[in-house]
Amino acid sequence: MKTIDSKIVKHVAHLARLELDDKELKEYSGQLASILSYISKLNEIDTANVVPTSHALTTLKNVFRKDVPRKSLGPDEALANAPSKEDDFFRVPQILEGK
Amino acid sequence: MKYETVIGLEVHLQLATNTKAFCGCSTKFGQRANSQVCPVCLGFPGSLPVLNEEAFRFAIKVALALNCRIQSLIKFDRKNYYYPDLPKNFQISQYDMPLSYDGFIDINANGGTKRIRIKRVHMEEDAGKLMHPEGEDCSLVDYNRGGMPLLEIVTEPDINSPQEAYDYLTKLKSILEYLRVSDCDMEKGSLRCDANISLRPKGEKKLGTKVELKNMNSFKGVRSGLEYEEKRQESVLEDGGKLVQETRLWNADKAVTASMRTKEEAEDYRYFPEPDLVPFVVDKNEIEEIRKALPELPEARGARFKKEFALSDYDADVLTSQIDLADYYEACVKLYPNAKVVANWLMGDISAALNDKNIKVTELGLSPEGLAGLLKMIDSGAISGKMAKDILAESIETKAIPEDIVKKKGLTQISDAGAIEEIVKKVVEREVKTVNDYKGGKKTALGFLVGQVMKESKGKANPGKVNEILKKVLGD
Repeated sequence: MKTIDSKIVKHVAHLARLELDDKELKEYSGQLASILSYISKLNEIDTANVVPTSHALTTLKNVFRKDVPRKSLGPDEALANAPSKEDDFFRVPQILEGK
Repeated sequence: MKYETVIGLEVHLQLATNTKAFCGCSTKFGQRANSQVCPVCLGFPGSLPVLNEEAFRFAIKVALALNCRIQSLIKFDRKNYYYPDLPKNFQISQYDMPLSYDGFIDINANGGTKRIRIKRVHMEEDAGKLMHPEGEDCSLVDYNRGGMPLLEIVTEPDINSPQEAYDYLTKLKSILEYLRVSDCDMEKGSLRCDANISLRPKGEKKLGTKVELKNMNSFKGVRSGLEYEEKRQESVLEDGGKLVQETRLWNADKAVTASMRTKEEAEDYRYFPEPDLVPFVVDKNEIEEIRKALPELPEARGARFKKEFALSDYDADVLTSQIDLADYYEACVKLYPNAKVVANWLMGDISAALNDKNIKVTELGLSPEGLAGLLKMIDSGAISGKMAKDILAESIETKAIPEDIVKKKGLTQISDAGAIEEIVKKVVEREVKTVNDYKGGKKTALGFLVGQVMKESKGKANPGKVNEILKKVLGD
């Protein structure tokens, strides 16, 4: 298993657009490493013949909704709590880069 | 060195459902920004997605029509990335267990057919729309499109030229239109296409460095972008250079591709199962029912047209490539059973008008009944072929029924022998010199006399009859 070092934490933080200083990086690296080592105890169990469980509710399947429109919020309500807006749009810092 | 081009295509198709993939917001195009959003598609805490039954059914239909196998257990996954077009910071998509896989489409290539394998067809939700107002240090977001149901249709790298890519897309669109699951309108963004392209020395098995090509707004754009990229990559390789794996954008105005220049970082979407959506299982009977209910697809219809209407391969292909055109054709042939004549009119004057106006046959002012009526008037001698062309043009312009145009304008052709003879005699008396030339052996003079009679009748005389009567009067 991959060990958690500050390089990985830095990468994950970047993906989540979080800014961490060196002290935080060190602190979270330690915390995440200990969480992962705890979870890795599960690896001791033999799961060779167990189907991967993607969902906890194994008996529930095929839950659908009819294709019938329902009332939407509308721009005023949708934008009510937006920290920044312009006309009917959410306003965010400029993004021109690729995803 | 000789190179082989290797292309794979990725098509995103917006499904024409009434509501979004996981919530009841309307999918209507062109509405006020952020008017079609709700707690689910805005990703508010505590809201839960529920899959749209119709979107799922549409997806299975497409998968079956593309000869795919349906996954025995279908689940959704979260594709995580941080970008303002996704209010939840993840997109509900499918990762390791896509809805369907292992399909194919056969296209015409080099005088035969070529099979393009389809790797997977999976469901996902669309992202919102970002705008970048000029001169401002911000982006504006409209989430109306966020959460709309999409299908992603991915080919294997089986395509070997830009033209094949174009043919594959044309065929795919044709099938999708027949299924009536999407309006397939590239201008509205209901159908989008990205491409992967790489070159390798002929005979080499290993794939070369690929470039992902985006921002093509038409099938022709895809073809031009790939043609440009093919040449660019070849010249880099010929100069002994190395290609960089990157995303490039097609610039249609400048007709070049340019690097997106993003930070070089491996994609890291941290997929994991979407816990809010339970899995889906379609049993074999259900799949068979949907398969049986599939409409006749372009290939089958083309084969039937050839057999039933004795059309050429080319005619059958053209007429069945668009479902609306094929429907129009069949409706018209039912009323006017000369299949070849109807085909000629549809592929000639009518197609020209459709291209000219950039409209579909369903938007044409002239109905199949109208066209059948027009053709019947030619047969009965009421109008000439030339008159029919003018009437057709007017009908398309004004949406008037051809019979009404004829009546209103008094356009009816003169086929009455007595009436024509009267005009003929008048012309013969007037054109003494030409008549003498004709009688003296100059047979070509007849054409001039026919022309004079037609002119005298204001184009209404039946040209066949004029010929016949003229010869009789001249004593031939």
